[in-house]
Amino acid sequence: MENGIALEKKDVNRGKKGHFLLDTWKRMCKNKLALIGISIILIQVILAIFAPVLVAHDPYKQDLASAKLSIGTAGHFLGTDNYGRDMWSRLVYGARISLIVGLTSVVLGLAGGVLLGLISGYFKKLDAVIMRIVDLLFAFPGTLLAMLIIAMLGTSLVNVIIAISIWSIPGCARIVRGSVLSVKNQEYILAMKSIGASHTRIIFKHILPNCTAPIIIFATTRMATAILSCASLSYLGLGAQPPSPEWGAMIAAGQDFMWEAPHMAILPGIAIMLTVFAFNVVGDGLRDALDPNIKFDS
Amino acid sequence: MNHLLQVENMKVEFRTAKGPLTAVRSISFHVDKGETLCIVGESGCGKSITSLSIMGLLPQNGNIVEGSIKLENDKLVGLTDEQLQSYRGNKISMIFQEPMTALNPVFTIGYQLQEPLLIHKKISKKEAKQASIELLRKVGIPNPEEKINQYPHQLSGGMRQRVMIAMALACEPLLLIADEPTTALDVTIQAQILDLIEELKEQMGMGVIFVTHDMGVVAEIADRVMVMYAGEVVEMSDAQTIFANPKHPYTQGLLAAVPDVEADAHELNVIPGSMPNLDEKIEGCRFHPRCPFATDICRQKNPPTFKISENQEVKCWLQEAKMHIESAATS
Repeated sequence: MENGIALEKKDVNRGKKGHFLLDTWKRMCKNKLALIGISIILIQVILAIFAPVLVAHDPYKQDLASAKLSIGTAGHFLGTDNYGRDMWSRLVYGARISLIVGLTSVVLGLAGGVLLGLISGYFKKLDAVIMRIVDLLFAFPGTLLAMLIIAMLGTSLVNVIIAISIWSIPGCARIVRGSVLSVKNQEYILAMKSIGASHTRIIFKHILPNCTAPIIIFATTRMATAILSCASLSYLGLGAQPPSPEWGAMIAAGQDFMWEAPHMAILPGIAIMLTVFAFNVVGDGLRDALDPNIKFDS
Repeated sequence: MNHLLQVENMKVEFRTAKGPLTAVRSISFHVDKGETLCIVGESGCGKSITSLSIMGLLPQNGNIVEGSIKLENDKLVGLTDEQLQSYRGNKISMIFQEPMTALNPVFTIGYQLQEPLLIHKKISKKEAKQASIELLRKVGIPNPEEKINQYPHQLSGGMRQRVMIAMALACEPLLLIADEPTTALDVTIQAQILDLIEELKEQMGMGVIFVTHDMGVVAEIADRVMVMYAGEVVEMSDAQTIFANPKHPYTQGLLAAVPDVEADAHELNVIPGSMPNLDEKIEGCRFHPRCPFATDICRQKNPPTFKISENQEVKCWLQEAKMHIESAATS
């Protein structure tokens, strides 16, 4: 392990373009758990993109004659639900929903959070105002906040996305503000001011690139939270509505048949668990790989 | 005659929880084209604050409360931040003490060098890249075509300081402020950087303000020297005079503190005591608690500046006594 790190240091000094990303990737590869996570995510992304090709049955097509088939039945290898819809098809289409909701809400949340964080970290006068608003958002438990927003906007997947992104803003704003505070006092920012760079130029061209590591880590772990919240909101009936094959909604539908067809609730549960696990370990792996302290220690 | 830079009665204050602190007390000085003015003094005497004031880059709680700064015919005090931005890097530039931290670690040298050009000159990125290669060549960096694609951590301290100089001089400024640019470098590199600054100064005919606490550096490059103590200018004279005939006890102390390699006894001379805090109230001359020659008047009244000759000014009561004796002798 120590040898490996020393070797990488040499690579840094050799100075090829893009060596930083390569370095991070190499360090990621040493983390077995993160690799498993990456594979799970990759498989899921591929399934989601090519869902129509990979799936034999229409996820919405009911076939009451073959309802509640158990796992391993010929033609429906993950069984069917109480309306005879193919579980595998529904899970794969559910991955689509989860990933889209996770991605859009994280991107929207980041956009807002990064902007607020940059502004409040850089301009001392706005800091107090913005951070108090962020504190206010923090005061509500996450799910409660999302429920509140959905109660105002109505139940739909789009509103779930809006709710989750608003809920992502305060955390992101705080993390970005923290790194802006440490970066803006660096001498190279003063040097940039001394050559006449404007505030906007300094904030977006010189401070933001120095904050990318924490933003990437936040985004990855946030994906897990977003997918989980999407599922729990749908489970509560606030998000995706039946017949949508959303995982949370599928659990909610399946729990009525726990004795006769346990796979109806257990399979989407496993899908949610695997996804959240994958994004979390990748987030952890990224944090270790991007941490400059680990890079230069030992 | 119009000076390149004229600072008059500049007073800089900091707002703190305990009330305003005066960091620079009504100082006046000027710099001409092609001239190097060294600002000398211990840490905390206001050297760096003076240079940051000229750049308009004082920390947020700092303020120029009195006085004026004029660059050629333009007044710099009272300009908005946007107006000052067109001066910084264009007409006045600054280089910093730590070349290790003064370059952004996530960008290549070339990218950072192009910044001042892209900000102040209306040129394309391609032209800026060409210009940055030329700049690197000018400051004596080998293989500039290759070096512009490297990151700061791949260069040595001396090389980085050269890059900083290239950045500062990209738009051929009228005035260069160098805030201890050689303090963090080792001695051989130090000499090279000093030579480089000297050479570029002559090429471009710019004025240089060189902030340092190293009397050896002063001897090498200064045309004129300004000695600061606790926010005041205590002595101002040309470089020869200050080494041959220092008048202020503080200047004398500074020069005596330079270790003499050829002396037999290797004991260091020190100025007793330490620089007063900014909030310390001192009656009379601000140097008197540490001055070996302090008299009653020093403890009561702050001395005015006495002009001893055409190019030497000293802020010390001892000079008044001497002038009396001299005038008595001549009359």
